[in-house]
Amino acid sequence: MTTEAATETRTASEAPTAEAEPGAPGEASTSGGAVAPGRAGAPGARPTASGPGRLLVAVYAVFAVAATSRAFVQIVTKFHEAPVAYLLSAVAGVVYILATVGLTRSSAAGRRLAVVACSAELVGVLTVGTLSVVDGDLFPDEAVWSVYGQGYFFLPVLLPAIGLWWLRRTARLAA
Amino acid sequence: MVRVIAVAVAVAALLLAAGVFVLAWRNRPIGRAVLAGAAVVEALILAQVVGAIVLVAQGEHADEALTFILYLAASVVALPIGAWWAAGERSRSGTAVLGVAALVVAIMVQRLEQTWS
Repeated sequence: MTTEAATETRTASEAPTAEAEPGAPGEASTSGGAVAPGRAGAPGARPTASGPGRLLVAVYAVFAVAATSRAFVQIVTKFHEAPVAYLLSAVAGVVYILATVGLTRSSAAGRRLAVVACSAELVGVLTVGTLSVVDGDLFPDEAVWSVYGQGYFFLPVLLPAIGLWWLRRTARLAA
Repeated sequence: MVRVIAVAVAVAALLLAAGVFVLAWRNRPIGRAVLAGAAVVEALILAQVVGAIVLVAQGEHADEALTFILYLAASVVALPIGAWWAAGERSRSGTAVLGVAALVVAIMVQRLEQTWS
């Protein structure tokens, strides 16, 4: 269970990471004058799982495992106490898994998956966060997205924003 | 939970995280010293697993057994998986990945303490 997300990432890590030189990722865009133009989709795209993306994938994987296992425990042991909150935890877990997988793939499909998952995550955390602030009774037990992820250092609201920014950035460099 | 080991794991993991983040800050790859440090933390975690098994055999138990087992499992696999993912890329971010794994270990230990007492 715990290793699920990690084994998902195993295949993707074998994707070429040669272009990620130490320290280069941040500054790479300044020398981007001669980028191969017009190559549609994945082949020309900069891998989303290299450079800072590698760290992003790691944090996403942690959240994927944390949210999924927590939801699993809640649903198995005390589902009747707060079904809505626990089901939302499970949905959040699945979204994190999809985002992790999407970010580790260098293909166009992987990128699309990541964009959809991060967007869903952003909408989810903003909706649930706002609802939980307005009416605390809706989510009696702390869920991942309660109060914008307060229990998780507000990373749940920051992650999708960073993820979407990273996806845009890597796409632009590739274009 | 053997408290002494839990504290040792937490302190060692936080030291490891701090050391690794300094390395990442200075843009250095992970070297043997860091891997040795990670191995020490991992050994402490395994000692804790043994300690927990002994305590359970003696009749003690966590409040929420399932949660406890999952946290324990997560603390065991965090560093190896983190090291593997970090090793895939010799860059600043690759190094930082191991720091994240060490932080996860520290958080897991803290959660373990909560579920035990």
